[in-house]
Amino acid sequence: MIRLRGISKVYKLGSQKVHALRGVDLEIRDGEFLAIMGPSGSGKSTLMNIIGCLDRPTDGTYELDGVNVSRLNDSQLAIVRNRKLGFVFQSFNLLPRLNAVAQVAMPLSYRGVTNRNQVARVALKLVGLESRMHHSPTQLSGGQQQRVAIARAIVGNPALILADEPTGALDTRTSHDVMEIFRSLNEERGMTIAFVTHEPDVAGYTRRIVSLRDGQIVSDAPHVPAYSHPGAPPSIPAAAATPVERRILGSAGI
Amino acid sequence: MSPSDVIMTALIALRSNILRTLLTMLGIIIGISAVIALTAAGQGAQKGVTDRIKGLGSNLMFIQPGNGKTTTGLQLPGQGPALFLEDARAIDAAQIDGVDAVASQGTAPAPGLPFGATAIYRGQNTSTTLLGTETTYQYVRDFYVSSGRFITDDDVNKKALVVVLGARVKQQLFGDKDPIGESMRVTVGPGNFSVGFNFTVVGVMEEKGATSSTDQDNVVITPLPSFQARVPFIRNARGFTNVSQINIKVKNRSKLPEIKQAITDILRKRHNLAEDKESDFFIQSQSDVLATATEVDRTLSVLLVSIALISLIVGGIGIMNIMLVSVSERTREIGIRKAVGAKRRDILMQFIIEALVVTTCGGLLGVAGGVAITQILQHDFNYHINLLVTSFQLDVNGSTYVVTPQWIIAGLGMSAATGLVFGVYPAWRAARLDPIEALRRE
Repeated sequence: MIRLRGISKVYKLGSQKVHALRGVDLEIRDGEFLAIMGPSGSGKSTLMNIIGCLDRPTDGTYELDGVNVSRLNDSQLAIVRNRKLGFVFQSFNLLPRLNAVAQVAMPLSYRGVTNRNQVARVALKLVGLESRMHHSPTQLSGGQQQRVAIARAIVGNPALILADEPTGALDTRTSHDVMEIFRSLNEERGMTIAFVTHEPDVAGYTRRIVSLRDGQIVSDAPHVPAYSHPGAPPSIPAAAATPVERRILGSAGI
Repeated sequence: MSPSDVIMTALIALRSNILRTLLTMLGIIIGISAVIALTAAGQGAQKGVTDRIKGLGSNLMFIQPGNGKTTTGLQLPGQGPALFLEDARAIDAAQIDGVDAVASQGTAPAPGLPFGATAIYRGQNTSTTLLGTETTYQYVRDFYVSSGRFITDDDVNKKALVVVLGARVKQQLFGDKDPIGESMRVTVGPGNFSVGFNFTVVGVMEEKGATSSTDQDNVVITPLPSFQARVPFIRNARGFTNVSQINIKVKNRSKLPEIKQAITDILRKRHNLAEDKESDFFIQSQSDVLATATEVDRTLSVLLVSIALISLIVGGIGIMNIMLVSVSERTREIGIRKAVGAKRRDILMQFIIEALVVTTCGGLLGVAGGVAITQILQHDFNYHINLLVTSFQLDVNGSTYVVTPQWIIAGLGMSAATGLVFGVYPAWRAARLDPIEALRRE
């Protein structure tokens, strides 16, 4: 459960003040799947960074799972990012040199999980990469790299998965493959997913679309998802039985 | 992150740019090798000198003319500060508590005299030191004959022309032949003006080895009066018997200050020195000589270690430079790690451990390199090191290089400290990066 109240963000560019966000109120309930849209400069990335605890609002309160995150210090924010949030970036942001398992296990190393490679393998299986576990990013296609990134985002069983233009670097077909994964994670696993995009086609997968302009929400409407894309990967089987899988999926309610 | 995770992460990062890692490490390897090799050389020299000075015996005191600080250059008997056989007799007669025995000695070449003595036997000759002394010399210097006999009171009274040969002189002139009873010649003086005497060999001294300034085995010992009365350059015009050194054996080292004071009183009175005048002689004990030599050695060691430390600092700056490059190259990685939950402390640790891994590996290799260099030096370059060291007036012929465990541990400690000191700043820069900024960086 995420609750933003009167969030504003002011940057100082030299002597000029730039109002990136002007009093944004937003609630995201567990299990939601929403897109944040808007032209460039509308403040959607700033909003994403604040929701992702990478940045602090100038004003307003941000509650994440009942915790007022806007009051936390750097170290506490790092813990929140580690345990409550999963990031997917436009440019994948995988570490060079590490294989897929190590990439996915990396967030778990910061909370001292010992069987993290095992957990990482389960997450990779969930995104359909069981045959690419020991490949490094350079040996993977763009779509595969983004799937590794998704596995890394979900491995810690976060309350919210945040994606910043997750299909921005992918071609149309691969974009739809990646969106299918998000859709199935939401629909079949009940994961809460919020992402920024400027492609209406991609936003079409979600059930709620929030539009921003000049740092303010201009529309927030439910949306009837339209999925019937040819070549979509088979949906992920729901019968996740192993204890490790249950642990990953834990609070997702499966 | 657990320590093993941090180390694994560091190893992966270092392996990914192995050439750079090795070149960075090279600075530390050279620095630590230098520390180990140079301290080993310094300590080896120190040990060699110390051993030999200790070989003199710890219960020995020397009295020499002069103030011990400045050398007055060429001095013939009757000039400048002097000590006399009569001074030695007076010290002996005073029966100072703690003094065991007294033996004075005069040598040719005397300190400050630019000509030496030559021992000659049947066309063989060798440059040597002619040493005139008393019968007590053996006991006082703890230096005994190995065959034949030492000089006797009878020899002294008769000013007999008898000599006892040092082991090296015997070997040079006689080889394996028994020299006892043979007649040989000793000349003293410069070139054509030298005066020679025929002596009968009565004994050969045991082998003793070189001291800090003289080879004790390259000596021809004769009764002091025989020497003083017959060598014109050394004879005192006023009829005194000059000696170049009075050796005193003491019973108990703890009484050294009292004995020193008593001797000083006697000699100042004999030399008619006014209250405000400086003594014209100086008294040294073995521990004083040892302290002086140690001082010189310490200066040398400090010099060598300073050179080594400078190279270590240069290596450390290399580490810092590469770490800063690495941090700016990996800004994005730092951003990613922060985004998935790395704290400042995690990033700080990651980069410090990277620096520590480089320097500790470098330190281990450096210790190995230092020990290897020491071995090579010991075998091939001993001579050159000796030349270097003798220019500091120390004879370290045959000295060994001593690699002590303390210095190995110190070497490893220094390399780790270098990593810490020069790794902290780059690591701190990495840790304080803003995650959004870091992620934006290409």
